Amino acid sequence: MKTVFTRPESLTDMPMHYCPGCTHGIVHRLVAEIIDEMDVYERALGVAPVGCSVFIYNYMDIDMYQAAHGRAPAVATGIKRVLPDRLVFTYQGDGDAAAIGTGELVHAAARGEKITVIFINNAVYAMTGGQMAPTTLLGQKTTTTPFGRDAAANGMPVKVCEMLAPLDGSAYLARVAVNNPKNVLAAKKAIRKAFDVQMSGAGFTMVEVLSACPTNWGLSPLEALKWLEEKMIPYYPLGEYKTPATEVQP
Amino acid sequence: MARAQVTFREDRCKGCKLCASVCPKQIIKMSDHINVMGFHPAMIEDQEKCTGCALCAVMCPDLVIEVAREEKKVG
Repeated sequence: MKTVFTRPESLTDMPMHYCPGCTHGIVHRLVAEIIDEMDVYERALGVAPVGCSVFIYNYMDIDMYQAAHGRAPAVATGIKRVLPDRLVFTYQGDGDAAAIGTGELVHAAARGEKITVIFINNAVYAMTGGQMAPTTLLGQKTTTTPFGRDAAANGMPVKVCEMLAPLDGSAYLARVAVNNPKNVLAAKKAIRKAFDVQMSGAGFTMVEVLSACPTNWGLSPLEALKWLEEKMIPYYPLGEYKTPATEVQP
Repeated sequence: MARAQVTFREDRCKGCKLCASVCPKQIIKMSDHINVMGFHPAMIEDQEKCTGCALCAVMCPDLVIEVAREEKKVG
C-alpha cells in the first residue's frame, strides 16, 4: 500500500490549540503542503498575526516571525525587500488584516509588495471573545452586536478582495472557502497560484479564505460549515478577483 | 483484503465530525470512549468498505487521519 495522505513535512507534529471544527488547521495544512510541493522549505518565511492563529509559528516547521497586531504586511515587506529570493507570506485573520491592519494591508497592495497575504475571514473577532469584526455579516449576532449587526449603526461588511482589486500594485486576488472537500482543493490551488505569482515578481498577492468559527458563531462544527455556505458565500462570492496579465508558470 | 487503510491518530481528534460528514461511504463514526483531550474520537467502522478517497483527511483540521491505498494497476 502506498500512503496517499499524511502530515506534510513543513508542519510540526504538535497538536493544534484550535477549537473543535475550527478550519484554521485545514488552511495551515494547505500552506504546508504547498511549501513541500514547491520545495521551498528552506526559503519560505511566514509572518504570524495577532489572533487565534498567533501560534502558527509553533505549527509551521519553517522560519516564522510574529508581528504586532495588523502589522504583518509591513514586516513581510521588510523581509521580502532584504531577502527577495524568499517566499514570504503573512497569515492573518479578519480582525488583524481588515480592522487593525487595514492601513498596512492596503498600502502593501498599493506598493505592489511581492508578498502573499493569507487572509482568514471568519466574520468575527475570535480570540478576544467574538466581538463584531468589519467582516461580520448584517444581522449576525456577536458579543458587541447582541441584536445583530445593523447597517445604520455599524455600517456594511468590508469586502477586502473587492477593495484591493482596483489598486495597480495587486497582481493576484482570490476568495476561496474551506467548507467542503471540493472548496478545500480549490483553496489549495489558489494559494499555490498566489505563491507562484509572488515568486514571478508580478506584485502583491492575497488569498481570502472564508473560514468557520463554530465557537463564536455558537454553532456546532457541521452547522458552522452550513452557515458559511448559506450566509457567507452569497455575500462574499468566491473566485479570482484579479490575475496577472501574463500567465505564470509554476 | 481491504483496498485502503485509514489510520486515525485518536488522541489528536477533537470529535468535530467533519470527516464523518464528507465520507461517501458513511463509515466513519464517533467512538463511545473518550480520548486524552476528553472528546469522542472518530473511528472507522468497516475498513473493508473504504475506498481510500481521503476526503476525510482533506477535511480534518487536526491531521488525525492518514490514508494508504493500493496503487492502481495499469493494463
